[in-house]
Amino acid sequence: MFHKEKNIQIKNSASALYNNLSVLRIAPRRLTYFTVVHANVVNMVSASWDGLNYSHRQLQSKEPNVATSTSLIMQAAFCVLPSRELLVVTSQKGIQMYESDGSIMVYWHALDTPETPTAQAVFARGIAAVSENYVCVGVSSGAILVFDVPSKGSNITLSEVLEEHKESITDIASECSGSQECVANLVTVDDGGSLCVWKSGEEFQLLNKIGGFDISCSSVKLWKGTVVAGYGSGQIRIYEAVTGILQSEINAHARWIYSLDIAPFSGLLLSAAEDSYVRVWHLSVTPETNSVEVAHLHNECVTDTQICGAKFCDGDGYAFAVTGYDLSEIIRYTQT
Amino acid sequence: MSTRTLPLVFINLGGEMLYILDQRLQAQNTSVDNSEKGVWSENDRKRVMSDIVGTMFSKAFMDELLKPQQLYSHRTMKTVLTRLAHTSIMRLNPASMEKLYELMVMAFKYQVYLCPRPKDLLLITYNHMDAIREFVRDTPAVANQVDETHRKLIEVYSPLSEGEFQLLRQTLLVFFQDMHVRVSLFLKNQIQKPNGRFTLTMSGPVPHGGEVPGLIRLLDVKGREVSRHEFPSGGSYSSAVREGSFDLHGDRVLRLGVNMYTMNYPEETHTSRNICAQPDDVPNLLAKEELNLLARIMGSMKTEHVHSAEGSFRLNLFASDQEEEEAGSSGGARDFEVINIQAMQDEQAAAELARIAGQFAEEEVRHEEQSSSKGDELLAMMDDL
Repeated sequence: MFHKEKNIQIKNSASALYNNLSVLRIAPRRLTYFTVVHANVVNMVSASWDGLNYSHRQLQSKEPNVATSTSLIMQAAFCVLPSRELLVVTSQKGIQMYESDGSIMVYWHALDTPETPTAQAVFARGIAAVSENYVCVGVSSGAILVFDVPSKGSNITLSEVLEEHKESITDIASECSGSQECVANLVTVDDGGSLCVWKSGEEFQLLNKIGGFDISCSSVKLWKGTVVAGYGSGQIRIYEAVTGILQSEINAHARWIYSLDIAPFSGLLLSAAEDSYVRVWHLSVTPETNSVEVAHLHNECVTDTQICGAKFCDGDGYAFAVTGYDLSEIIRYTQT
Repeated sequence: MSTRTLPLVFINLGGEMLYILDQRLQAQNTSVDNSEKGVWSENDRKRVMSDIVGTMFSKAFMDELLKPQQLYSHRTMKTVLTRLAHTSIMRLNPASMEKLYELMVMAFKYQVYLCPRPKDLLLITYNHMDAIREFVRDTPAVANQVDETHRKLIEVYSPLSEGEFQLLRQTLLVFFQDMHVRVSLFLKNQIQKPNGRFTLTMSGPVPHGGEVPGLIRLLDVKGREVSRHEFPSGGSYSSAVREGSFDLHGDRVLRLGVNMYTMNYPEETHTSRNICAQPDDVPNLLAKEELNLLARIMGSMKTEHVHSAEGSFRLNLFASDQEEEEAGSSGGARDFEVINIQAMQDEQAAAELARIAGQFAEEEVRHEEQSSSKGDELLAMMDDL
């Protein structure tokens, strides 16, 4: 179903972090951007579709002052809004937002870091663009920061802080950015496996809270009103967003799941874990009957690698890319 | 990231160090070479072990480690572990220390990497502590310290969630990133490939709390199963085995962290440099925070065991004397001075470091250029110690 393409070399190896790969397709310029986090650096590669040109850029985590030790980056992700695209980088010290090519930093938000370190680690993790003009970022305290992003310029402001989670945020996902109307368009998950479903607006509204089973949820996606969540137990659970009803449970992987992705136009689901496997599934959702169907389509084994990032490169799921801990390459697969 | 890594790092690295020293000291004993470099008696060996364990598990040192703090650089780690080794009557030259450090780190990297569940990091640590307890069973005072520390670890780490343990593990994996030193024992047992990377098997039991992959279940609105079907998982996994004990004593079940070295094959503790660049080749300016940590930790180490140069035994850990000397001279000359001299003047070094750290704290925040030149001066000062 899929065959391997040429790897893309990156300047440093990937760190073992959840969702450690972000992809942005720039159709007008026939380019795709990839970002992979290594310790305190974001490696960015711009790859031309004809496979002939690759250019690299590195972004560093911002240090409040030089006397402190380096701030490790937790995640880097592209945020696609109707009016603009941003690259958001979250670290131990704060949140950096760049223009999507990484050329200019347009916003910096510092986290409240204590003078002396506390037992509870401080960091930001979990990034998603929501609706027309919001970017949501999670924090280790469990708070979700909602940033209001203007259609251009750097006048980004913190609009709201959502305090519902009690444990560190692991991932955030949204759907229906732009014109579509959705009841629920944001889902946030944490280290205890709790899921919160929200509706965005001037004031975000909590629609549902689905309790965790003390199993950390590391990756989440929202599609057609359905929440797809990946857990440390290697399981994938599918919930109906608004009601919280569990619709499917898959014993998908033998180790901790690190990344999930959905190709919205085809319903293909990608899951990747520390067990070296990337799996492709097909999801079909019938909202009228509240039913979901899941079919397993394909496995790829990346030998001797603990995978930390896997993303589709396009909305149909025609191609996907994978990163692994200690690997200095992005591995790509395309449908045959 | 995680602020709780330091105690686990020191106990596990320290544990690996003791496994290696134990094996090398016993190998030394059986060697034909009877020069005055030292014939190690059973008592000498036990004394080395109990001196190191005593320092490592001293209340002051452990309390310092248990404070929430960031994990720092390899340079700091190496400095403290060298000082730890030298609280015994043993003297290691820089080349030996370098190889020892590489072995320790690669062993621990392997254990953390292969760790089935993040929480099993504790079982790995407890495996090391069980073995350490055995090493010092003839010295009750030290054995008690080990028990005390074990109790403290249970107190501190038991409340942590699986997610917090994974953060801890991810922090450790950043620390180990890009290290691919080949270890003879690992290559022989095929847990490491010739390119230095570890092998992962697609078989065996799934971690405790996990399910064997291969099943899709669909449920109705009431949560009842409507259908189930299987898919090919590609591996050959089996159900989880029983969970190991997290108590003071007990069957840990997990084998990661137990002593891999045996007395019969000293070459097991050989390493060969990989072609890839070592992350520590680039000298890093110790940030102020790191220097503070170093000063505090060195200061908290017991200095009762400062032995004079004459009374100490020089230990060649890995190769013939000639190879060791060649390696020592080709390695950075600066490193040689720092480590060698520090070993002789432990108390002075600790006081000097503390003074430097205090000096740094008094200064106000400077511009970037000034700060980096200050860093250079600081490094120069350390070299002169």
